[in-house]
Amino acid sequence: MIALDPLLVDNLLWVPLIIVLVKVLVVFVVGLLATMLMVWFERKAIAGMQNRIGPNKTGPFGILQTLADGIKLFFKEDLFPSRADRFVFALAPFLSFVPAFLAFAIIPLGGDFRNGSSGEVTLFGQVTRIQLADPPIGVLFALAISSIAVYGIMLAGWSSGSKYPLLGSVRASAQMVSYEAALGLSLACVLLLAGTLSTSGIVAAQSTITEWHFISTGIVPFIIFLIAATAELNRPPFDLVEAEQELVGGFNTEYSSIRFALFYLAEFMNTVTMSALIVTLFFGGPQPIAIGDFVFDIPLLPNALEGTFWLLAKILVFLYMYIWFRATLPRLRYDQLMDLGWKLLIPASLGWFMLLAAQRLARQNGWNIVLVTGASIAVLVICYLLMQAAFAKSARDRSTQGTMF
Amino acid sequence: MTATENITSSQVGEITAAGTNEGRQELQLRKDVSAKEILRGSGAVLRMSESEVAALAGTQSEDQTMIINMGPQHPSTHGVLRLMLELNGETVLRCKPVIGYLHTGMEKTGESLTFMQGGTNVTRMDYASPLNNELVFALTTEKLLGIDQDIPERAVWIRMLLSELNRISSHLLFMATNGMDIGAVSMMLYGFREREEVLRFFQKVTGLRMNHNFIRPGGVAADLPAGWRDEVLNLLDALPARLAEYEILMTGQPIWRERLQGVGVITRDEAIALSATGPILRSTGLSWDLRRDMPYLRYDKVEFDVIVGSYGDAFDRYSIRLNEIRESMRIVRQVLDAMPQGDYRIQDKKVTPPPRGRIDESMEALIHHFKIFTEGFKVPEGEAYVAIESPRGEIACYIASDGSATPYRMHVRAPSFVNIQTMPHMMRGGLVADAVAVISSVDPVLGEVDR
Repeated sequence: MIALDPLLVDNLLWVPLIIVLVKVLVVFVVGLLATMLMVWFERKAIAGMQNRIGPNKTGPFGILQTLADGIKLFFKEDLFPSRADRFVFALAPFLSFVPAFLAFAIIPLGGDFRNGSSGEVTLFGQVTRIQLADPPIGVLFALAISSIAVYGIMLAGWSSGSKYPLLGSVRASAQMVSYEAALGLSLACVLLLAGTLSTSGIVAAQSTITEWHFISTGIVPFIIFLIAATAELNRPPFDLVEAEQELVGGFNTEYSSIRFALFYLAEFMNTVTMSALIVTLFFGGPQPIAIGDFVFDIPLLPNALEGTFWLLAKILVFLYMYIWFRATLPRLRYDQLMDLGWKLLIPASLGWFMLLAAQRLARQNGWNIVLVTGASIAVLVICYLLMQAAFAKSARDRSTQGTMF
Repeated sequence: MTATENITSSQVGEITAAGTNEGRQELQLRKDVSAKEILRGSGAVLRMSESEVAALAGTQSEDQTMIINMGPQHPSTHGVLRLMLELNGETVLRCKPVIGYLHTGMEKTGESLTFMQGGTNVTRMDYASPLNNELVFALTTEKLLGIDQDIPERAVWIRMLLSELNRISSHLLFMATNGMDIGAVSMMLYGFREREEVLRFFQKVTGLRMNHNFIRPGGVAADLPAGWRDEVLNLLDALPARLAEYEILMTGQPIWRERLQGVGVITRDEAIALSATGPILRSTGLSWDLRRDMPYLRYDKVEFDVIVGSYGDAFDRYSIRLNEIRESMRIVRQVLDAMPQGDYRIQDKKVTPPPRGRIDESMEALIHHFKIFTEGFKVPEGEAYVAIESPRGEIACYIASDGSATPYRMHVRAPSFVNIQTMPHMMRGGLVADAVAVISSVDPVLGEVDR
C-alpha cells in the first residue's frame, strides 16, 4: 500500500496547493510554539524538582520566557572566532535547525484512525491528512533527517577552531553514529510488525492497546529506542557533546547570539519530534486509548481533533520523562556510553529483531512455533556467549598493552 | 650571532624561568620535553628509574597529543584552578595544576594584623570551612600565649560544636559540587539547600553566614544565643532523611557508581608520599584523623568513628564524606549533651576585652577596650605549630612571634594546597570526564590553595 497523501495524487490545483502551503505554515508555527513551550516546561518542571521557582516574570507563569530569551539573543553580538572556518561556522546552526523541523513533517498530528479508518479528513472539499507529508518511505525519512542533524553539531565543533568544541564534535560524531544503529534496528522491529514504513500506516495498525504489541515491540525495542533516541538528542544523561562540566559548552562553546539560539531551539525541537516519533511508532500516535471495544472517547469533540489531543497528551508524557532524566541522572562517561551502545543496545536490538523475524517467518510458513522459538533462543544464547568471550579477550588484550603516561 | 639563538626551545624554557631551573610553568607537548621533566611530573611519584622515564620521553612523538587548558575559567575547576592537560584523544597523559590566580597574600597580610584581627584574615582562606581556620589560628595564638589549658570549658565545647557543624556544611557543599561535576545537577541545589540550613544556624550564632571571625584567641566572640539547642536539634532531625535521599539519588545510582568507582585511584604509599590528608588519605584505608590520633579540644571525650575507604578511588572519597556528615552529627549530639555552663571566653584581662556594660561605667575599661582593639595584645616571643582536622584534611597554623602584637611570620598548612598535588597522579590515564571527577573528589578550595 502506498500511503501517499490523497491530496497530492490527482492533478494539483490551486486549492490543494494552498492547503499544502497552509499546512507548511501551521507545522512550522506549531513546531516553534512547541519548542517554546517545551523550553518553558522543562525549566519550570526542573525548577519544581530542584526546589526552585523557575521563570515567573515574563507573562503568566513565565510562559514567555523563551520568547524573551530569543529576543535578547537576537540583539547580541554575533561573534566569529578568529580561527573559525567562517562559512562552515555560519552554516552549522542551520544544518542542525532545519532537520529538526523537517522530521516533524511526517508525524500524523491528528485525524481519525479508529477501527481501521485511514485518518483522512476533508478540508474544503479535498481529502487529505492532518500531517504535512506522508511519503511512502515515512520512518526512513525521519532517520535520514536525524542523521543530517549530526553534521550540524559535528561541523559546528570542528569549524570553531578551538579545542573544547573539537572534543565535543568528536564525541558527537562517535556518539550519534553509533546510536543511529541501535535506533534503526529497534525501529525495524516495529516496521516488521506494521508491514509499512508510512507513519500513518503504522498508526492505523495500532487501534487498541492490544495492537500496540507490548510484548514484541513495547518492551525491548521501545526501551532501546528510548535510550538511543535520548543519546541521539544529546539529552542528559547522554549530553556528552555539550557536557558543561567537562567541555564548557562542547560544540557550541564559541557560538553566540542567534546562532547559539538556533542550536538551542534545534535541541528542544528534536526532543519534541523524537517524542512524537516514539508515540507514533509505539503508542498509536493520535489514536485514543482503547482497551478492546472500550474507547476513552472525549464527547463533543470531532474524532479527528480528538486525535490531536491524544497525540499531545502522549507526547507530554515523554517530554516529562526527558525532563525527569535531566533532573536526576548523572552523565555517562564517553567510553561507558560507547560500551552501552555497542555492547548492549545494538546486540540486544539485533537479537530481538532476529527473534521477531523468525517468529513471523514461522507463522507465515506454518512451522512449529515452539521449535522455532527454541531454536532462535538457542542461537541467541550462543551468540551471547561468543560475544562475552570476545569481550573477555579484548579486556585481556587491553590489560596486557599497559597504560600510557 | 648570540649564544641564545643556538639553544633549543626546551632550553629556552629553563633559562627564562626567572632565576630558577624549574622549567616553564606551562605544560609542553610530550615531544618537546626532556626526560627530566617527565620524571618531575610523573616518575617521581611512581618511583620510576631514570632509564624507565627516559624511555617514556620523546618516544611517542609521532602520537598526536594536545595540550588543553582547563581553567582558570572553567565550570568545574572549583574557582580559579588552572589545569593544563596533555591529551591523547580524550585520555589524559599528563596534568599540571597551575595555581596562584586567587593569590591575595593572606599569609603576608597576617603579619600586619594583630592577633585580635588575625581571625578575620584566616577565616577567608578556606571559605567553605571558615570556623576551622579560625580555630587553628586561635589555638596557635593561645599556645604562644600559654593559655591553651585555661580556656573555659564552655568555650571549648562551643568551638567543637561549631567545628563539627562546619564540617557538615563543608561536606554538604562537596556533595553539591560533586553531584554537579558528575552531571547530577539537581544534587547541587539539594546540597546547597541543606548547607543553607547549617549556615542559617551560623548566622544566628555568629551574625554571618561565612567569614565569621567568631572563634578568637581566648574563647569565642559571644555566647550561644537563646534557643540554639532547638535549632541544632531541628537540624539534626532534618538531615538524616536528606542524606538518605542522597543515597538514593547518587550512591545507589548505577551511572554514579560507574562514573566514580575505580576513578582517580591512589594507593596508600603514594598518598603518604604526596602528604595527602583528610578524605584522600583515608580513602586508601589509612585511618588517620587528627581528632582521634592527636586529640585537640575535647575530641577524646566524644565517641565517633573514623571513616576509611578501601580502594582509594573517587567513590570512596565520596562515601567517606557522606558518612563523615553522619559521624559529625553523632558528635554534635554528644556536644549538646555535654555542653557545660560557664564563661565563653577566658577571663584574662590581657587577651579579653572588657564586656560592653563595663565600658559605660569605667574609664579604665574603656581605655583597655580601646587599646586591645587598636594596638592588640602582645604575644610572648616564640613559635608554635598546631594542627587540627579540617573537612579537607590536616590544617595547621605556624606562628613565629617576636614579642609584638602582630605575628612575625604566619604560615598556614592548607590541606587543599597539599592535596592538589595528588591530582596529576590520580588523573593519569583517565579520560577528561575522569579528570573532572578527580578535581571534584579532591575538593580543593582555591582561597586556601593560594592564600
